[in-house]
Amino acid sequence: MAFVSSGYNPEKPMENRITDIGPKHYEQFYPPVIKANKGKWAYHEVLQAGVLKHVAESGDEVYTVRCGGARLMSVTHIREICEIADKHCDGYVRWTTRNNIEFMVDAEAKVKPLIDDLESRKFAGGSYKFPVGGTGAGITNIVHTQGWIHCHTPATDASGPVKAAMDVLFDDFKSMRLPAHLRVSLACCLNMCGAVHCSDIAILGYHRKPPMLDHEYLDKMCEIPLAVAACPTAAIRPTKVEIGDKKLNSVAVKQERCMFCGNCYTMCPSMPLADTEGDGIVIMAGGKVSNRISYPKFSKVVVAFLPNEVPRWESTTDCIKNMVEAYAAGANKYERFGEWAERIGWERFFDVTGLEFTHHLIDDFRDPAYYTWRQTSQFKF
Amino acid sequence: MAKHETPLLDQLESGPWPSFVSDIKQEAENRAKNANNVEFQVKQDVCEDILGVLELSYKHGRTHWKHGGIVGVFGYGGGVIGRYCDQPEMFPGVAHFHTIRVNQPAGKFYNTEWLRNLCDLWEFRGSGITNMHGSTGDIVFLGTVTEQLEEIFFELTHKHGQDLGGSGSNLRTPSDCIGEARCEYACYDTQALCHFLTNEYQDELHRPAFPYKFKFKFDGCPNCCVASIARSDMSFIGTWRDDIQVDQEAVAAYVGGEFPPNAGAHKDGNWGPFDIQKEVIDLCPTDCMKYEDGKLEINNKECTRCMHCINVMPRALKKGKETGLSILVGAKAPILDGAQMGSLLVPFVKVEEPYEEITEVIEAIWDWWMEEGKNRERLGELIKRQGFQAMLDAVGIDPVPQHVKEPRSNPYIFWKEDEVPGGWQRDVNEFRKYHQR
Repeated sequence: MAFVSSGYNPEKPMENRITDIGPKHYEQFYPPVIKANKGKWAYHEVLQAGVLKHVAESGDEVYTVRCGGARLMSVTHIREICEIADKHCDGYVRWTTRNNIEFMVDAEAKVKPLIDDLESRKFAGGSYKFPVGGTGAGITNIVHTQGWIHCHTPATDASGPVKAAMDVLFDDFKSMRLPAHLRVSLACCLNMCGAVHCSDIAILGYHRKPPMLDHEYLDKMCEIPLAVAACPTAAIRPTKVEIGDKKLNSVAVKQERCMFCGNCYTMCPSMPLADTEGDGIVIMAGGKVSNRISYPKFSKVVVAFLPNEVPRWESTTDCIKNMVEAYAAGANKYERFGEWAERIGWERFFDVTGLEFTHHLIDDFRDPAYYTWRQTSQFKF
Repeated sequence: MAKHETPLLDQLESGPWPSFVSDIKQEAENRAKNANNVEFQVKQDVCEDILGVLELSYKHGRTHWKHGGIVGVFGYGGGVIGRYCDQPEMFPGVAHFHTIRVNQPAGKFYNTEWLRNLCDLWEFRGSGITNMHGSTGDIVFLGTVTEQLEEIFFELTHKHGQDLGGSGSNLRTPSDCIGEARCEYACYDTQALCHFLTNEYQDELHRPAFPYKFKFKFDGCPNCCVASIARSDMSFIGTWRDDIQVDQEAVAAYVGGEFPPNAGAHKDGNWGPFDIQKEVIDLCPTDCMKYEDGKLEINNKECTRCMHCINVMPRALKKGKETGLSILVGAKAPILDGAQMGSLLVPFVKVEEPYEEITEVIEAIWDWWMEEGKNRERLGELIKRQGFQAMLDAVGIDPVPQHVKEPRSNPYIFWKEDEVPGGWQRDVNEFRKYHQR
């Protein structure tokens, strides 16, 4: 494994340096039918789950076949995507915001061979490489974060629970039987790189034990004032501790004030939170980002904690499947998950889903909490 | 024979959904075979060690990655995330496992030639494992060693004409919806604006000068497919301010069942025949539509452009002709003070090159936030701390009723001295002439 230089000269880092050139220009990556009709699309129709037809004012048509994928993807897999795109789509392909892959063709006759090709490809372990679906009133791909594959603060894995959940929800990826589209997201800690706070159903990793304190190293590893300032509940204060005959600068944590956000750990590696029993999953539900009919909404916590059950997270996937079925049975056409829960009332939501309402679900975090309590005599028995 | 036993991960190979475990395994096998004689610049068995360390996390229920160190490329303060394994002896292939964020093209369209170039580079100088794409939108190269960072950056910029994305207290890589490229709802060219602003603000993207991260996202219409309203400090949402265009013949075709409602998105449900009264008129949030004598009427003045009727009947109803965008500010995920949705700052602006009306607002907001924001304080938190009024004042935007859902329900107004006739300087002795102590 000999080092191969790119041409970069570490002695003269500024020599021939190119910076601030930004991304590639998008236009060179447009398929011809997209380039020719941009801004002049007349309408679209979902022909079947995973297949979209867009018709331009010119009469041109583009057919999109959408398929799911793990966002964690090898170059071997991307090369296979390229091979498919070359074979069917003149060498063009795109990804959606929700990690789906879209193959576009310019004639209806090209759709079936493309779908047949995509659906025929499987990994050695047996799973589909390119399942077609993820459109309309169904469940599309889960957006998610890194989890145990690459992150330092997760309270759960990301790719594993997503795989487990999508296996359980697979039929709804492949069909459009639900009252409206249903977005599932996962963030592996409450930093929420995955921004799950406005999802129909959110899987959120959560710690439940306050940070441990690595006093002997803390002052060497961390800026104590930053660790103190990082705490949103002011639970951390500077202190001195005696270890053996040494008096060390460190911090103390008022444990009952800890909300387990891990922000201190982000600032100070000597305050780890991760714990096998302490860590697990919070289920949130009823959020949306669309402005359609009702305003965008935050997701609400409906299950305070489920354990990390590796490798398949059964309690989590059972809970989600149960909520999806209750929604499918009870919601009106076009009604999003949160709109349904609000119409029937959250007290009825716990009734029909069979989820247990525990004290953890009553908000006690600062001012917004008050606005979530019931200030009316109207409620359902 | 795999380098590490992975009995837990192996259970994630079954089931229909694409298995990331199978994919990493195939990459590990291909690296072992090395059919193209690649002179790998990171360990050939790196993917084996990825599986090994992940299996250990499955066993422990805890991550085995340490904090990032300060690694990066010369002159940039973002785009590279340092990552080290906390069991480097067990998994030497991933002892250093840094992430590189590569700024994706607007709209996430690609041609295969360019994608293959990226694959070749990443197989040669990295683990061969990516995210397509990261949560913010970048192409994420997952796992390389410190010595390769400058080499990768050099090849990206010199051979592929491609720059890094943002990380840290920078402008984060902007991202957009598919927009006009393939969507009839788009009210402006999201790709053009996303690409323009990404280039306009390269310095802010690469060199941290902000109190904390700052995100732009571009949604072409109020359906908000890239979730800008929930996920970006500054959210650009397409809208219009004239009338929805109605094709009465097409309305009749929906009513008659010739066109599938909601663009066919409910085809697998048993919803019965389309009922325009129940499915459109009665669901209009402002009650501004009626359907009488085979004719659809919209009182456009009362419409709030929620998109429902257009989504249900895209062949009959189209967005207005006078299009532009709304700017909302301050959205963020919960850490630290709870999640925030974007709040409307600019109700309407036309989207016209060179986009000065937009960049003026951006720069005024940044000036205020960089002046007033505390370390690691997102824009939304500053707005909450100092108040929406303070922001309007700082950026020079006049208050309008559109800024609020409702007026305040407390009268605790912080009047300013110059708003009160005569000012606040008074003579208490003069007062006492008429009011005994």
